[in-house]
Amino acid sequence: MTIQFGNPDRPNSYIGKTVPRPNAKRLVQGRGIYVDDIVLPRLVHVAFVRSPFAHAKINGIDAAEALNVKGVLRVFSGADIAKVCTPWVAVLAHLKGLKSPPEYPIAVDRACWVGEPVAAVVATSRAAAEDGAALIDVDYEPLAAVTEMMTALDADTPVLHADMGDNLAFQRLHEQGDVDAALKSAHKVISARFVTGRHTGVTLEPRSILVDWNPAEEQMTAYHATQAPHMIQTALAKHLDLPEGRVRVICEDVGGSYGIKVHVYPDEVATAAIAKIMGRPVKFVADRLESFTSDIHARDHEIEAKIAVQEDGTIVAMDVDDWTAIGAYSVYPRTSAIEGNQVVNLCGGPYNFKHYRAKTTVVFQNKTPTCQYRAVGHPIAVAITEGLVDMAAAEIGMDPVEIRRRNMFRDDAYPATSPANMRFEGLSHHASLNKLLELMDYDGLRAEQAELRKQGIHRGIGIASFIELTNPSPFMYGIGGARISAQDGCTVRMDPDGSIVALSGVTEQGQGTEAMLSQVVAEGVGVPPSRVRVITGDTQVTPYGGGTWASRGAGIGGEAALQAARALRDSILEVAAAMLQSEQSKLDIRDGAVVDSATGEARMPLEELGRIVYFRGDTLPKGLPRELVQTRHYITSDYPFAFTNGVQASYLEVDTDTGIVKLLKHWCVEDCGRVINPQLVDEQIRGGIVQGLGGALFEEIHYDADGQLLNGSMADYLVPMAAEMPDMIIGHVETPTQESVLGAKGAGEAGTAGSPAAVMNAINDALRPMGAQVTEMPFTPERILRALGALKD
Amino acid sequence: MKASAGGYARASDVRQALEMLAASDGSGRVLAGGQSLIAAMNMRLSTGDILVDISRIEELAGVRETSDSLWIGALTPHAEIGRNALIRDHAPLLSQAVGFIAHAAIRNRGTIGGALAHADPAAEFPAGVLALGATLHVEGLDGPRDIPAEDFFQDIFETAIDDGEILTGISIPKAASDERQTITEVARRSGDYALAGVCLVKRSGKHRLSLFSVAPKPVLAVQAMAELDRGDIEGAVRALQADIDPSSDTQATATYRRHLAGILLRRAVATIQGESE
Ligand SMILES: Cc1cc2nc3c(=O)[nH]c(=O)nc-3n(C[C@H](O)[C@H](O)[C@H](O)COP(=O)(O)OP(=O)(O)OC[C@H]3O[C@@H](n4cnc5c(N)ncnc54)[C@H](O)[C@@H]3O)c2cc1C
Repeated sequence: MTIQFGNPDRPNSYIGKTVPRPNAKRLVQGRGIYVDDIVLPRLVHVAFVRSPFAHAKINGIDAAEALNVKGVLRVFSGADIAKVCTPWVAVLAHLKGLKSPPEYPIAVDRACWVGEPVAAVVATSRAAAEDGAALIDVDYEPLAAVTEMMTALDADTPVLHADMGDNLAFQRLHEQGDVDAALKSAHKVISARFVTGRHTGVTLEPRSILVDWNPAEEQMTAYHATQAPHMIQTALAKHLDLPEGRVRVICEDVGGSYGIKVHVYPDEVATAAIAKIMGRPVKFVADRLESFTSDIHARDHEIEAKIAVQEDGTIVAMDVDDWTAIGAYSVYPRTSAIEGNQVVNLCGGPYNFKHYRAKTTVVFQNKTPTCQYRAVGHPIAVAITEGLVDMAAAEIGMDPVEIRRRNMFRDDAYPATSPANMRFEGLSHHASLNKLLELMDYDGLRAEQAELRKQGIHRGIGIASFIELTNPSPFMYGIGGARISAQDGCTVRMDPDGSIVALSGVTEQGQGTEAMLSQVVAEGVGVPPSRVRVITGDTQVTPYGGGTWASRGAGIGGEAALQAARALRDSILEVAAAMLQSEQSKLDIRDGAVVDSATGEARMPLEELGRIVYFRGDTLPKGLPRELVQTRHYITSDYPFAFTNGVQASYLEVDTDTGIVKLLKHWCVEDCGRVINPQLVDEQIRGGIVQGLGGALFEEIHYDADGQLLNGSMADYLVPMAAEMPDMIIGHVETPTQESVLGAKGAGEAGTAGSPAAVMNAINDALRPMGAQVTEMPFTPERILRALGALKD
Repeated sequence: MKASAGGYARASDVRQALEMLAASDGSGRVLAGGQSLIAAMNMRLSTGDILVDISRIEELAGVRETSDSLWIGALTPHAEIGRNALIRDHAPLLSQAVGFIAHAAIRNRGTIGGALAHADPAAEFPAGVLALGATLHVEGLDGPRDIPAEDFFQDIFETAIDDGEILTGISIPKAASDERQTITEVARRSGDYALAGVCLVKRSGKHRLSLFSVAPKPVLAVQAMAELDRGDIEGAVRALQADIDPSSDTQATATYRRHLAGILLRRAVATIQGESE
């Protein structure tokens, strides 16, 4: 099977073009269907009583007053739910040593973070459920809380889970080459301490689930805002003791997920358990306030790291000691060790050097659990790596571009393996960097910077190269024992009127998956995208698949769709050849009609073929296959992951009086392989950059020493907003993966991976003449002033 | 969260509103633009309020001038303050302030009366009217009262409005022809409440300096004002520190706020001097 991707004038050339999103109009007109829009007969609502203590024993729950509230139907404790729902333990076999205690949907006798569900109140409306929840009297006995990451393993720190023995959840050490010797003999060794702030992915639509248990059919239907419907199906079936086949997860429109909605949440499982107990549909829609304490957090890391370089800028070694605190439990089923593990895997990623040591230490704390959020581990690893590279360049007096050029894997060096043992099929660091420098006019900007410096205006230019892990194979979760599909499937069928329906296991979270699928299928079959209807997000309808995570939708789901579409095309042409008494190889489908492939002459519209197949099958030769439904699955197998690469640049100005950073412009050149829809890819990159800028400048969850979350509202937790965002110029280099026909890798996380490091480097570039440096995110104005020594205490 | 209101009624004139408040047994709560109150209710920071909606009372809207002062109705929305020609000519500090307040949708609904009655120590208008030497007009069933801005703001979210009273409007002396007014602030994001802010008025050689977000209420920095009158800017920056009493929160420490206050004062002075040249 070949498609002349290089030829934009080929027939049905939808792959590579910006085609309109099929769902955009519906969403803009307010006709989307989110979980909260769904209303079923006899629907009830649940609100959760959440622990106000970071750590407390629950001695008793008095619900008498709550039960008197008008509309309140029932109150559930942890023990009530535990009768129908088993706890889970979030470990993976390939993350050796990872441990976590059993976690219940509602805390049974001990609450371990502020926000952990302690009781559930079910009522005829959410307002009544909240009225009831306010009256639940929980007898708490506060316990000592573990809230400091770096002392979590100290002997005098209390052990959070006595059964676990200590507060260590996971540790991994990777060592390649002889790091100690390399550090000793190097021309310069530069050390730094980096901190990335604990933050969360604020979705526009909060977490939502509506679960209906139908006792007559013994079937559970969950309408769920989720990235991974099949994974949720498994989790609900397993812990509520139902056959997997009797759990159906339906995922209609989702208002953004960013990794927040790819986990199994205690309150959501409790909602399902309550539906089963009460035999009534139950809805839980998290409100914005409880989202801050119950959505997963991420990126809470402290790192000591070193880089060793020679006089000519050659990187000889990196040594990284990463610590992260994950909260009270490892999150099910992906676990909370992945982020630290990714830091180990990704540090130094773009560079060809020999001696690498990285260790991650993952500890428990009485805080909201952390887990995978967009670009898992990448922003941390890129900040460490690119921060160190810039510091090294400054130390030896080399331009930051030059030191990168000298160390990045050459564009003709592939296949290659990184010091972290990541295998690269084909990357384009140099081509991407060259394109970036051209787009930003690097030399011109440097001249402008120098000129303005004379006037006391402090501008900075920051560069950050990165690799991004996409298209994961079972090496990510499957080999660890998790029932998380790395494979994905697509069914494509032609109906009598010649229209095409595609059912896919990847999901739409608002990022445009359905647009991508519609154009891939349109090109694969040979019809305009407007004739393709895409259906995703229903475990009883679509092929089994993994859904949305690790930037896999286009690369994995897109390839399955292409294969299925091409198979359907072949089936159609087989029938057409019989009808037209032609050879199949001499026919093609273009713009919804069977044509002569050599001349393009129209032979028969698809409607006619549909009419014959579905209504006058008697006129076709007996035994002629007429399978106008085709399913294909795709899984990557040559490489554990399809790595992509890219490079970003930030240009900004630091007000050295106030510490305020003004972002002036941002550039990103990335290589996601085949670009299927340029606009969607560009906007993925832009959205990703913005989330990274949030982490760099604004977003930080604050806890006090007792484990109280201090800024859990949109007034106090600062998300990046439009007014502060710079213009973003996006460019591409395309190195398609050879594993698939489509050649697409992922693009969903590249923006987030690189932008915090680019900003950090730009700030430090601006501050360097003043001898100041910041490495603790977010770079608040106050932290910048403190680095400048402008604040006295 | 879902708000839990005790009731709602819309008043058609001030008298009726005052009667409704009196009848609501202490649970009455004036609803103007709702941009602070409804947010608080949606977080259940306030429950059981009987809302007395004054937003349609015509006598509380509009901007009028007399020979030496401006009257601004309590219901005048922020957006109107920003575009009103009388305010631009006679109290430009308030027009400038609007650019710092929240976002377009909030400015369309939020009212100056609501902002003053709410008395958020980080808000722009309270400090603005303090610097301008405004008089606030309140009305109760016993009749109207006039309160100088200096006496109006009492503590965080606390004003001199008594239970059962409504703020009807404010009067501001018209700016003299050589008068200079400016407002400046530092916020993390455009539209956020300020980390610290400064309003500076220079009227016939005398300065009035107020600051916001550096104390539990907007502060008239009298010691710094005296230094400014004397022409000692650095003296004013130093004196300022005794006038303010900032606190620390997740956005900024008191130390940083103190630092900003000095920076902002220098910038405000520079602006005013730049304008006068
Ligand atoms: C996202 C966001 C950002 C914001 N940012 C800023 C900002 O940067 N700066 C800023 O200054 N403000 C900001 N605000 C607040 C906004 O300016 C509000 O509009 C204002 O504080 C209150 O005005 P309101 O008319 O909406 O009052 P309401 O919300 O209706 O009322 C507020 C309080 O004042 C009382 N009240 C209202 N009117 C009267 C009256 N006439 N007499 C007696 N009592 C009365 C009410 O009972 C209530 O207690 C922001 C608001 C939001 C939602």
